[in-house]
Amino acid sequence: MNAIEVTDLTVAYKDKPVLWDIDLEVPEGILMAIVGPNGAGKTTLLKAILGLVKPAAGQVLIYGKPYEQQRRLVGYVPQRGSVDWDFPTTVLDVVMMGRYGSLGWIRRPGRREHDQAIEALEKVGMAEFADRQISQLSGGQQQRVFLARALVQDSQIYFMDEPFQGVDATTERAIVALLQELRQAGKTVVVVHHDLQTVPEYFDWVTLLNVRRIASGPIEQVFSEENLRLTYGGRVAFLRDRSTEPHSPEDIQGAGEALSGHSSVSTREG
Amino acid sequence: MPARRFPGIHPFRHGKVEPVDLIALFNELFFDYTLRTVAMGAAVLGIVSGALGSFAVLRKQSLLGDAMSHAALPGVVLAFLLTRSKAPLVLVLGALIAGWLATLWLMNIVNRTRIKEDSALALVLSVFFGFGLVLLTYTQRLPDARQAGLDQFLFGQAAALLQRDVVTMAILSTLALTLLAVFWKEFKLLSFDREFGASLGFPMGVLDILLTTLLVLAIVIGLQAVGVVLMSAMVVAPAAAARQWTDRLGVMVVLSAIFGAAAGVSGAVISSLAQGFSTGPTVVLAASAIVVISILFASNRGLVWNWVRHQRSRRRLQLENVLTNLHLLASQHADATHGHSIEVLRAMSAQRGGVARSLAVLKERGWVENVGDNLWALTSEGISAAQKVIQERGFEPLPSSNIDGQSRAPEGDGGRAE
Repeated sequence: MNAIEVTDLTVAYKDKPVLWDIDLEVPEGILMAIVGPNGAGKTTLLKAILGLVKPAAGQVLIYGKPYEQQRRLVGYVPQRGSVDWDFPTTVLDVVMMGRYGSLGWIRRPGRREHDQAIEALEKVGMAEFADRQISQLSGGQQQRVFLARALVQDSQIYFMDEPFQGVDATTERAIVALLQELRQAGKTVVVVHHDLQTVPEYFDWVTLLNVRRIASGPIEQVFSEENLRLTYGGRVAFLRDRSTEPHSPEDIQGAGEALSGHSSVSTREG
Repeated sequence: MPARRFPGIHPFRHGKVEPVDLIALFNELFFDYTLRTVAMGAAVLGIVSGALGSFAVLRKQSLLGDAMSHAALPGVVLAFLLTRSKAPLVLVLGALIAGWLATLWLMNIVNRTRIKEDSALALVLSVFFGFGLVLLTYTQRLPDARQAGLDQFLFGQAAALLQRDVVTMAILSTLALTLLAVFWKEFKLLSFDREFGASLGFPMGVLDILLTTLLVLAIVIGLQAVGVVLMSAMVVAPAAAARQWTDRLGVMVVLSAIFGAAAGVSGAVISSLAQGFSTGPTVVLAASAIVVISILFASNRGLVWNWVRHQRSRRRLQLENVLTNLHLLASQHADATHGHSIEVLRAMSAQRGGVARSLAVLKERGWVENVGDNLWALTSEGISAAQKVIQERGFEPLPSSNIDGQSRAPEGDGGRAE
């Protein structure tokens, strides 16, 4: 059975379609990237699967059942910038929020939740920051805290929205190691990703998205120049040239931005 | 001194004496019916608006409180017109419904039109408040004598609080605070990361409405005492002050409630001592004083401590700079005990001024000595201290050629320093 099954999913903002007729089948135990230009609907797809955005049409099944019945099986890492990091709370407190779903209404986190949170913080290398106020964290540390919060959810499927956004190389490596660990434990991980260069290295499946689903499947089958051109609109030729030479992360980031910048124009053409 | 009276404002105590007799004051606080009632009422409203105001401030809804309190006015007057009763519960219920409708209308405007939140707030506030004023003037023309005193909802009249008012306030506050405690975890989730909460399956829309309703409740509890115009200050001020002192949500809410209560009681007491001080505004002024003190002196974020810290580190840095500069000069000179002019050190210093003061401090520590007319050299302790600083910093100050030249002619006049 597929871990995630999306059928005919359509999401519209006012009368403009953001996602159009998306079909997606994600088998269990894979690491999948969702890539596409800015405005392609990557975040919206995640939110629609999680029921945070109401779709105009379509169906989402998690292990064969509607999402509402399978919430406990799903963990979520939102974009780091989606919250106010000046909120008066500690790292440990944020991580324990991952247990709120299992706790249900009114019950407060206790000893057990505390220990689980500490354990998750150890996994992301942030244990010594447990009592730190969250505004004192760097961007990479904030991202690790969000990951730890998802880890304590102890889910089967994880959705992560741009976990590599604005983190340094060390944190990026740590996150990749964590993703691999999750896959080895049989979890399914879906990551919204911006950096095309690292897709083949980090992931084993990829979904190319630009309002419509362009392609979805194992990297070696679908991560082709042809499909990338369909997704980004004829501007990816230089990708292959660049991929043969070593470059700094900033370069790659810049390339991704450049790609996305052009895409809106080409989308309209196509 | 003749008692000054402002129209419409009635001090509830007459001719109290100064200087303040503390024992008599405490006596009154416990045994004087009027002062006790007013102080308790002000304390209750301070606690509940402080606690719920924390969430309003954290959710960046401070102005929402202002709109809600203004919007409550037509509700109060309409409730009276419909029931012809001035029972506190009836009026509070009217205020609650009006404040709540205003909030829903506001959310609708923001969600469905291109009007941004600030404009929508101004719109809702002025429409409801204007409507309330029209109703109020109309009501005051009625032959019915029972309408008297409705206008106290404009600026509040804590002095007119009766025991039954305070009892109503206390019951409603207990209800609001109990709900806040019960749904504490959910409200925290709502305030910090709404979408994550929704992904966990909590109905964030329902929680939002519940928390907003509690905020409206906190506001209408204080309306009679503080008035629609100033009530928003009681929502924002204690919370803003509490935020300065702590980085924990729980501590912030408790502290904010304490600040609110303190402002309430001290406002009531001050206005009882001073002739012509209306209680509501005095309570708000007391809350504002707490904010100012907190912004200046709070342990972590206080501006005064920040300034002191900044000055301290600046001085330390300067001290170390003078020390390492002297060390640099000495290392470039054959004779380590050779004196160097203060002007040279000034030229080497990145910051303006303070070199003489640094030298004085260094001399006190025995790290430098005065070897001639304004000529300074490191002592052996000074050399090891300088080396320690350089080691800690991990780099040495860069020798520059013009300083090099000056160091060989330390007697040079001050004019060359730049």
